[in-house]
Amino acid sequence: MTTAPARPDAPPTGTSGPYVGAPVDRVDGVVKTTGAARFAAEHPYPGLAHAALVHATIPRGRVTWIDSAAALAVDGVLAVITHENAPAMRPVKTQSVLDLSTLVPGSTVNHLASDEVHWDGQPVAVVVAESRQIALHAASLVRATYRELPSTVDFATEKRNALPQKKSVVDPGRAAKGDAEAALSTAAVAVDHLYTTPVHHHNALELHTTTAVWDGDRLTVHEPTQGIDWTRKHLAHRFGVPVENVRVIAPFVGGAFGGKWHVWAGTLLTVLAARVVGRPVRLVLTREGVYRTVGGRSPSEQRVALGADADGTLTALIHTSVTQVGRVGGGPEPATGLSRYAYAAENVLVEQKQIALDLVPNTYMRAPGEAIGSFALESAIDELAHELGVDPIELRMRNEPERDPIDGRRFSHRKLREVYALGAERFGWAGRSLRPRSTRDGRWLVGTGVATAFHPANLFPANVTVRISADGGVLVRCGLHEMGMGAATAQAQIAADALGVPIESVRVEHGDSTLPAAPAASGSTQTASIASSLLAACEKLKRSALALARGSADSPLRGAKPAEVQARDGGLHAARGGETYAAILARAGRSSLDAAVGAERGFAAVAGQVRFMSKFLLDRRRWVRAASGAQFCEVRVDAHTGEVRVTRWVGAFDVGTVINAKTVASQLRGGIVMGIGMALSEATVVDPRTGRIVNPGLAEYHVPVHADVPPIEIHCLGDPDPTMPAGVLGAGEVGITGVAAAIANAVHHATGRRVRDLPVTLDDLL
Amino acid sequence: MRPFGYVSAPDVATAVRVVSTEPNAKFLGGGTNLVDLMREGVERPDTLVDVTGLPLTAIEELPGGGVRIGALVRNARLAADPLIRSRYPVLSRALLSGASAQLRNVATVGGNLVQRTRCPYFYDHASACNKREPGAGCDAIGGVNRNHAVLGASEHCIATHPSDMAVALAALDAVVELESVRGTRRVPLLDLHRLPGETPHVETVLTADELITAVELPHLPVAAASHYRKVRDRASYAFALVSVAAALHVREGVVTDVRLALGGVAAKPWRAHQAERVLLGAEATEEVFLRAADAELAAATGLPDNTFKIELARRTIVATLQELLTDGSAA
Repeated sequence: MTTAPARPDAPPTGTSGPYVGAPVDRVDGVVKTTGAARFAAEHPYPGLAHAALVHATIPRGRVTWIDSAAALAVDGVLAVITHENAPAMRPVKTQSVLDLSTLVPGSTVNHLASDEVHWDGQPVAVVVAESRQIALHAASLVRATYRELPSTVDFATEKRNALPQKKSVVDPGRAAKGDAEAALSTAAVAVDHLYTTPVHHHNALELHTTTAVWDGDRLTVHEPTQGIDWTRKHLAHRFGVPVENVRVIAPFVGGAFGGKWHVWAGTLLTVLAARVVGRPVRLVLTREGVYRTVGGRSPSEQRVALGADADGTLTALIHTSVTQVGRVGGGPEPATGLSRYAYAAENVLVEQKQIALDLVPNTYMRAPGEAIGSFALESAIDELAHELGVDPIELRMRNEPERDPIDGRRFSHRKLREVYALGAERFGWAGRSLRPRSTRDGRWLVGTGVATAFHPANLFPANVTVRISADGGVLVRCGLHEMGMGAATAQAQIAADALGVPIESVRVEHGDSTLPAAPAASGSTQTASIASSLLAACEKLKRSALALARGSADSPLRGAKPAEVQARDGGLHAARGGETYAAILARAGRSSLDAAVGAERGFAAVAGQVRFMSKFLLDRRRWVRAASGAQFCEVRVDAHTGEVRVTRWVGAFDVGTVINAKTVASQLRGGIVMGIGMALSEATVVDPRTGRIVNPGLAEYHVPVHADVPPIEIHCLGDPDPTMPAGVLGAGEVGITGVAAAIANAVHHATGRRVRDLPVTLDDLL
Repeated sequence: MRPFGYVSAPDVATAVRVVSTEPNAKFLGGGTNLVDLMREGVERPDTLVDVTGLPLTAIEELPGGGVRIGALVRNARLAADPLIRSRYPVLSRALLSGASAQLRNVATVGGNLVQRTRCPYFYDHASACNKREPGAGCDAIGGVNRNHAVLGASEHCIATHPSDMAVALAALDAVVELESVRGTRRVPLLDLHRLPGETPHVETVLTADELITAVELPHLPVAAASHYRKVRDRASYAFALVSVAAALHVREGVVTDVRLALGGVAAKPWRAHQAERVLLGAEATEEVFLRAADAELAAATGLPDNTFKIELARRTIVATLQELLTDGSAA
């Protein structure tokens, strides 16, 4: 491990205790492994009815006739809701950075408000019945006819019509330094290629599911969402009830990966259906239903052109992309983001273009931008290394920037040299032949590859309360999202260390909109964002406890100053001794002590939002903050059939502080597994004639199976980022970045064949 | 799922009688394919006659060295059977390369033979499919067809048969026993499935009321040196892009006996008679293997997405024969 010098403006890290960094077991491990944990579709309600969707089968047009009679005739059917009889929802609000909940609609379509069809798969009816089986059967009996309107659905033919992405505060979409095209044309060595990636889907194990319960104008929704607070606000708006009347509950989310960030049609239509039938209603989408109504990762075509001196110094770096959005929603895929920070090229051009298609809107998926952008950039770097006859790690190190190559900002924690050194040592990179097709083992051609992993680190405001009770128990309350990554465990560790209490005495309440609001779990920001508020709340709490003790003549903490006090052994300790929180509370006759951070309402909340955006932008002007890593792999390619198998993996990462060695390794490993799928098998196939997804299910959309995944070694530097709360840079997404490039590079090393179109399949290698 | 009636058959006679008298009735074996297709609304039986309680679960050695396999033997058990493993390793390997452990524990031999194509347009009620709805057209032609047939397809259908087991059985000269109210008949496995022609919805020579009761494997010494090679996009739990079932016997460098069948390339398990003719009596060399593969694939035609399968089949045939030759088992 390396240590960065502390900086004067460093926030309290609070990470010196026994729990942070340790491989602590998940606090929800027992309830999950015993089945006691209740997921959104597992809450019983008296009179619960079940819904199923009917999907449009044309890409664009109008419903001319919809026949519900056969469905209504089925025993147990309660209602068939179509545009002809659906009560109105309020339309989607215009997006505004002052109300981030306006970003959560998955689409601008006001479902069942009109006969318009905007994509193949859009819901045109909801059937509600006494059981899910009846609802699904009745849904299959609803007949619709359409008047089809002209549509554009094929990315491959439409990409030439792409337009530059609109500039936003979060993603300007374009950046340039010098004249990259001119530098490219005069470079001693150059590579200039197109790379493509297909649509991907998240395929969380837990299907999208909603249970909606109306009580008068009060609404309770069980929903596996990544954004409880914004979902709540959005539902309140769409159904015209006060925000306080809506409760969203999601203590456990069975995987999300970005697919549960937006509010999609199924959620809204379940709430609508519950209003129509006057009973609680549950919708569990079919897997096909998820593909048809929840967006995936945009496909891309990317150009990466690199020019270098003969010694490998980059003179030009061009990375441009075309991605897609839906005509009724979706957003930019920042595919070129990584190329702003990756290499110290003299001349840089990054630019993102997009096209709008009549398809389900795209959405975020694990490491939006970086996952696919790193495939193109890191493949191109490997191609340049091959042209130069230089080791690809050496080429990267020769071009490692001291500062942000475009605008000179400082890196808060640039550790790529360290992760490459660590990874290379653990992988045994030294002595690797530069020559492709140089190693054979029986029928297998063996190759190794490497690529950089990179994901920006950000922060969002979080509200947290902490309470210490007379029995010494600590209760952390925060509406954070536990989606399998170990979020609650990490915060329990942080609180235990900050307060100096055993982790067993800390309980974290999460996943409910009645709790202080947390930001959406996205962008690998949750742990750091909540740690920031939690550490501040723990500080407040310790000061309150000290204030109680120091005034008391009986306390060993009498007269102690905050700076001399240490939190440990269940209480506070100064030079002359200390005592437990329980003792402090008992003497003061208090049953508990509370501290809150955030939890603003009304104007204060808006002011908080403004304050946050200003700090967000200021921080972005000051620092480039990111998690990073080096992905090393070995692949074997069957010399006869071209089958590719990944046989070895080492990932070395800088994620700042490692809060939990076990769950961080699992997150990174999970990202790599997902990246293996992206590299070798995953693709959502859209029929170019109709815009209909051809493989909407796990039988034909191939995620990796166990046999595709080798042992994955994870190493972390474990060194805190001095500018981030608790030193955390985030570990949720960086794991998938660089994976596809490392594999494509290894395939090239094994076979001499360069594949620039994902997934790399055997037909590319015959 | 559409509502349906359910009958559990106490004996074979009742099973075939019910299916022959009830309109739109179907036999239910392991259900790993039929129930899926019912969920998708592709299969729409009014009655299911559950045959899994019938006494068709034996694996018996026949006089003369063959083996009789009851139609209700589960795939996992058949794959693990010592007789099968020693005399017909190709069959054991084919079974183990199919589906997942959970599915193999449930799927039956009879059901495996009549499982239906995985063509996505066949599964999708919103797409045109001549197999699902005769005369509707074929959206796979001109659509997404990477997994589709390169041999024996027609302008009406380019679907493939998904079974691995059936490919091994095709190589092994298996015979299928069928029972109906009209009695028992025996059909060579190679004659069980039909190519699509103009009637892709008619997939086998079975009549609607015929129950597969057993599969018999002949005494076949060459099968002791046999192998199944399945090529696919991921290491497990995927259908074959191409598969090869091969049995080879070589004496003094000359092929004295051979069986070769292909999977993933046609609407039926594809016995490679042309290739066998080239191989039999010829020298067991890579060059001859290539010539044999080319002979078999001369009639193959591809579409833009799946033309690679022809080259892949060629290479896989050669690699599988080479493997049998070099691991010594073929001698």
